Amino acid sequence: MGMTITEKILAVHAGKEKVRPGEIVQVRPDLLMTNDISGPIAVDVFKSMGAARVFDPEKVVIVLDHFTPNKDVKAAKSSTKMREFARSQGIVHFYDAGFGIEHVVLPELGLVRPGDLVIGGDSHTVTYGALGAFATGVGSTDLAGAMALGEIWLKVPETIRFEFTGKPSRWIGGKDLILLAIGRIGVSGALYCAMEFGGEAIANLGMDGRFTMCNMAIEAGAKAGIVEPDEKTLAWLNGIRDDISSQTIGLLHSDEDCAYKSVIRFDVSDLEPQVAVPHLPSNVRPVSELKDVEIHQVVIGSCTNGRISDLRAAAEILRGRKVNKWVRTLIVPGSQRVYRQALQEGLVDVFIDSGAIVAAPTCGPCFGGHTGVLDEGERCVSTTNRNFLGRMGHEKSEVYLSGPYVAAASAIAGRIAHPEEV
Amino acid sequence: MRGRAYVFGDNIDTDQIYPGRYLHLVKPEEIKEHVLENADPTFSRRFQPGGIVVAGRNFGCGSSREHAAITLKEAGVAAVLAESFGRIFFRNAINLGLPLMIVKGIRDKVKEGDEIEVDLESGVVTLPDGCKIQGEPLSQYILNLIRHGGIKNLYKSGYRPKPE
Repeated sequence: MGMTITEKILAVHAGKEKVRPGEIVQVRPDLLMTNDISGPIAVDVFKSMGAARVFDPEKVVIVLDHFTPNKDVKAAKSSTKMREFARSQGIVHFYDAGFGIEHVVLPELGLVRPGDLVIGGDSHTVTYGALGAFATGVGSTDLAGAMALGEIWLKVPETIRFEFTGKPSRWIGGKDLILLAIGRIGVSGALYCAMEFGGEAIANLGMDGRFTMCNMAIEAGAKAGIVEPDEKTLAWLNGIRDDISSQTIGLLHSDEDCAYKSVIRFDVSDLEPQVAVPHLPSNVRPVSELKDVEIHQVVIGSCTNGRISDLRAAAEILRGRKVNKWVRTLIVPGSQRVYRQALQEGLVDVFIDSGAIVAAPTCGPCFGGHTGVLDEGERCVSTTNRNFLGRMGHEKSEVYLSGPYVAAASAIAGRIAHPEEV
Repeated sequence: MRGRAYVFGDNIDTDQIYPGRYLHLVKPEEIKEHVLENADPTFSRRFQPGGIVVAGRNFGCGSSREHAAITLKEAGVAAVLAESFGRIFFRNAINLGLPLMIVKGIRDKVKEGDEIEVDLESGVVTLPDGCKIQGEPLSQYILNLIRHGGIKNLYKSGYRPKPE
């Protein structure tokens, strides 16, 4: 019997011919990643374990992106601690406040290759599966152990295949497809499993959309999200690093006789834009059912939808229009590179002309940390990944998750709106 | 172990266990102040250390924040029993030495305030009326981790985990 792409990557990193779902393997990651949330606790654990040096200073990436630019003195202390750790350990890939959001930054710097195994101190580490890598999130103690040993144990997950067929309308992006899937299977529908995305609609989807989809695999409880790499992956990577060949990615496919836990099919030809209503990412409705929902804020950005395609989509709607007077509209480019490209393409002018605010790259609004925290009774349409109770601020505030077209249209309408309405 | 049950529903996510606005805190004694704050703002006041948290499906889904496991452990939660768990939370709890167990059907059988008894080795939960529910016992590997108080202490003792 053959293996899935996930099983193949885990087998290579465990030094084995074959692995089977349920098996526990000791693997050597190609990359570890941490930030200013999981990092400070990991550093404390690392030191109190008695560890002296990280296993490889070129393979530990630190990105300060959550409470940065520093929200307050306590946040500043966390940043200082990570900066000192990076300096004393000789960490090569250290990216300070404002450089960008980790899951946007690592791929665009070419730090993740197809077939890699990445362990990150952040649940949205699953994003890198879009490149055909196996990537999963862990907590601080796991991370500290891996930084010291260069190894970690993992249970080989079962794989659920999600097959998307049909040619969707122009308003449909990766966000709508992944919300559709989470709505179908629920927030624990892929618990402990790998979600493998494929089919005609994924082949036609750009890399930014694939990042969005893999990013939200965790919202169905998954251990990883993954897309088998193809010519699109290769073309995207060849702009960034020149050592990936079609031969390499040719090996990274699920075998025809592999064993999936299940295969779930979607025909997305007539799909409407999808919105997840409070307080779970699985409470998914077509946008047309939500037209009376008045809103107070819109956020376009994050590790889910803060890439250049997302900003282009928002600008397409906002160009020549004004956002509603009573809707604060916050646009957060995912990285300095995305920000500069948005500037060069004139998107930032479009946003400012429309009355939106453009903020420095940060995770701040998504988790209610800073920059756009909601008050009691406020509603926000957000391109982020979680609408949990109190996620973006007061426990009596509400978050509606959507893609950038719906978010931008809603900013203009002052209520949840389909992009064709504005 | 024996303790008073504090009962919660399905999908108690990491933001409900430990809100994002406090993620910049690092000290365990500060982190424990906000235990389950978004799920029940009165919890930290009414919780008696040694109590057992009982929940429905998917407890701890969401973020990788270790704060969620730290806050429960530091507040004195003796164990968490749920129908199922978010996988990163499950791993974090074990790594910190916070006992937890999957017990199907527990949510509907335990009432708030019940005194329940938990045997982690056998996986048996005993209710006040003497009824027993069989949970999924933890492996010896995990029980060993919990006995040591987590992965940090185990590492310090010179132990190096090996694949099964």
